[in-house]
Amino acid sequence: MSAATAVATGQPRRSVPRAWHLIERNLFVYRRTWTIIVSGFFEPLFYLVGIGFGLGRLVGDVTGPAGQPIPYAVFIAPALLATGAMNGAVAEATFNFFFKLNFNRTFQSILATPLSVRDVAVGEIAWALIRGGLYAIGFMMVIAVLGLVRSPWAVLAVPAALLLGFATGAVGMAATSFMRSPTDFDLINIIVLPMFLFSATFYPIETYPEAIRGIVAFTPLYQGVALIRGLTVGVIGPEMLIHVVYLLAMGFIGLWVTSRRLDRILLK
Amino acid sequence: MSAPFDEPGNATRQSVLVRPVPPSALAAAGRVFEHRAYQYRRAFRGSLVTSFVNPTLFLLAMGLGLGSYVNARSPDAFHGVTYLQFLAPGLLAGAAMQVAIFESTFPVMIGLVWRRLFHAMYATPIGPRAVAVGTLAWIAFRLTLVTTVFMFVSTLFGAVVSPLGLLGIPAAVLTGLAFAGGMGAFMATRRTPEAFNAIFRWVITPLFLFSGTFFPVDSLPAAIQPIAWLSPLWHGVELARGAMLGTVLDDPPRALVHVAVLVGLVGIGGSLFVRNVHRKLAA
Amino acid sequence: MPTDAPSPPLIRARGLTKRFGSFTAVDAIDFDVAPGEAFGFLGPNGAGKTSTMRMIGCTSPASGGTLTVLDMDPATRGPEIRGHLGVVPQQDTLDEELTVRENLVIYGRYFGLSRAECGRRADELLEFAQLTERRDSRVEPLSGGMKRRLTIARALINEPDVMLLDEPTTGLDPQARHLLWDRLYRLKQRGVTLVLTTHYMDEAEQLCDRLVIMDKARIVAEGSPRQLIEQYSTREVAELRFPVGVQETLDGQLAGLADRIEHLPDRLLLYANDGEAVAVAVHDRGLRPETVLVRRSTLEDVFLRLTGRTLVE
Repeated sequence: MSAATAVATGQPRRSVPRAWHLIERNLFVYRRTWTIIVSGFFEPLFYLVGIGFGLGRLVGDVTGPAGQPIPYAVFIAPALLATGAMNGAVAEATFNFFFKLNFNRTFQSILATPLSVRDVAVGEIAWALIRGGLYAIGFMMVIAVLGLVRSPWAVLAVPAALLLGFATGAVGMAATSFMRSPTDFDLINIIVLPMFLFSATFYPIETYPEAIRGIVAFTPLYQGVALIRGLTVGVIGPEMLIHVVYLLAMGFIGLWVTSRRLDRILLK
Repeated sequence: MSAPFDEPGNATRQSVLVRPVPPSALAAAGRVFEHRAYQYRRAFRGSLVTSFVNPTLFLLAMGLGLGSYVNARSPDAFHGVTYLQFLAPGLLAGAAMQVAIFESTFPVMIGLVWRRLFHAMYATPIGPRAVAVGTLAWIAFRLTLVTTVFMFVSTLFGAVVSPLGLLGIPAAVLTGLAFAGGMGAFMATRRTPEAFNAIFRWVITPLFLFSGTFFPVDSLPAAIQPIAWLSPLWHGVELARGAMLGTVLDDPPRALVHVAVLVGLVGIGGSLFVRNVHRKLAA
Repeated sequence: MPTDAPSPPLIRARGLTKRFGSFTAVDAIDFDVAPGEAFGFLGPNGAGKTSTMRMIGCTSPASGGTLTVLDMDPATRGPEIRGHLGVVPQQDTLDEELTVRENLVIYGRYFGLSRAECGRRADELLEFAQLTERRDSRVEPLSGGMKRRLTIARALINEPDVMLLDEPTTGLDPQARHLLWDRLYRLKQRGVTLVLTTHYMDEAEQLCDRLVIMDKARIVAEGSPRQLIEQYSTREVAELRFPVGVQETLDGQLAGLADRIEHLPDRLLLYANDGEAVAVAVHDRGLRPETVLVRRSTLEDVFLRLTGRTLVE
């Protein structure tokens, strides 16, 4: 059965519990590599300490979401949360997904069971989100202790990070389903690295000339960073809804393309 | 059917007459290098683009973008140079380290475990030493390419203050090699690359961030500043920075200590690499 | 070297031993390989064949005994010896990032050949390995049989005195195996000395002039396939398959029918010079096996006789 008919016949509700099997499988595999998971939590911390505090001493205050000056570490902590969520989801959805799809034949063997293609896609993305969510919770706790959170709205930063992970992961996975060889990942890097560096992550968007701001504001990472920074700094406004809708739409389009592609690849 | 097989016995007869001379030790390592060059030919263009694009992006974002804040706030932090000029050598040495780590991880896994290419080499007159030395020579070449392009981009950004800056290239190559030997030696003992991620996150990332790459070590808490001496990357960054900012000759003994530490690491790492490849191949 | 004297062995082993820690992989074996012959090590997995091959190939030091290859000592002149060997390892070690032809050229370079010479030989060998059409394609998408032929072509790039083939056809489908055997047979015809290991008795019978049977690190028999069969088995075998459960109840009822009877889990093997006669005699005694197959003895039977086990389990 194809994902399209699954949607048409109202099957997706069953899809979630079934996708759980795939999550279990991933958990099982990762049990042996838990140190890597733990280290994934430390990585943004290293950046926070190095860039936020180390370099931050030389940067001083920068302009916050509402134009008010905030310490550099307060400015960059939500950006690191966002980039961590994006990088984790993209790595899982592109590199790992590609190897499962093309080398491991993991999916082919899973499809010999009652799981459907849609279950596979949902399960993979859910798995990426679970990992990302754990990292996000850990990171939020640390920055709260360090006094880098300025508002109770910050509790919503974790779901916001997940939303960003969902959007970028789903699109990354859709892109991966078109890839033929690992060298195609250069393309992903060509998109991800500039986004990482230029999406108002390391310095305020006001640094750019007006014309460039419009382009930067269009990137998903900027949307995610703006959303999360607003929450942790406590500048709440209606434009946040735009960020949320943008990311949701991006995620569902990615998911839709992925499940169509998987149908064609796996069920031929 | 063509030449060597025309008549029965021709193959053995010929081989008695036309004996290939086994390559000398140096030539043997050269053949391993040549093999890598063949592999690289296809990836060359893409890798050259990456070598240009990555430093350009980093220097734009961190050096100019973030640098505008650093320069405004802390104009005296870098002894009269801009943040971009301070940062470029740090990024250069850091990039050399990362390239070296990658080049001494997956190719070693491919050589010893995945495709067993090193085993194939060892079935010929090539010995384990030539395999290891040739691999390191290739890494040195790759590092030279990457750092030369990096230096070119840095010059365009005005990050190279002194003609001595050219010495930044050998400094960065040396920094990379200081990591390559040890990493190669370690990966030669592994059956899977699982440990790679852990090493990258626990060792490489902290080194990258705290070795004076993005900010001077003296802005770290005084208690942990001496730890920088343990970081090979710090020695590399200091050396490259001294070259690019033209200060390397201000304190020659200090520069020599950096060189000595890095050369020592290349020697230790390289000989461990040779030893471990030998153990793996000639079991 | 005077041509009228019998040629000295190309490979000579006496008491050759290989230990890994406390485990003995090869236990004091003796053998000689003469120039131009096809010599086989037949035995099940784990018998010590690969360890022996690696010692001959000078990539694994012997733990005891003496070994000379091409009149040289592997311990001191390994690189020189390896320059005269062509090695086909058990697993392909091709560079899948390179093209078919590049694999040959690069390998030739390891032997100290000039680039021009490598190119010339590569083109000839591609012809020989029937890979000319694929010369510029990458290795990765090739079939298993093609990769194997490429590995063999690669091992010939230095025009070796001896080819070492470790399980050359393991994992290939029957068609690919026969194609490979044909190529190896041609090499043999051209006077290339072949040393191979296998756990397929048909492969040993097809290719080997002489072979040793290895089991548990030791050589248990030596000779040509024909000699071994004559010495350790009868001319024919009658294979009887009974309904499930019946075989165990036959004790005594078959006595005297054959020179020797082997009980395998799924069938009985009755060894005799006239297998048809045995089959008739079985029928005459009122026994009704489900199937009866009369065939000639093979090396499999020799191995069964010598070790009590089958080669491929």
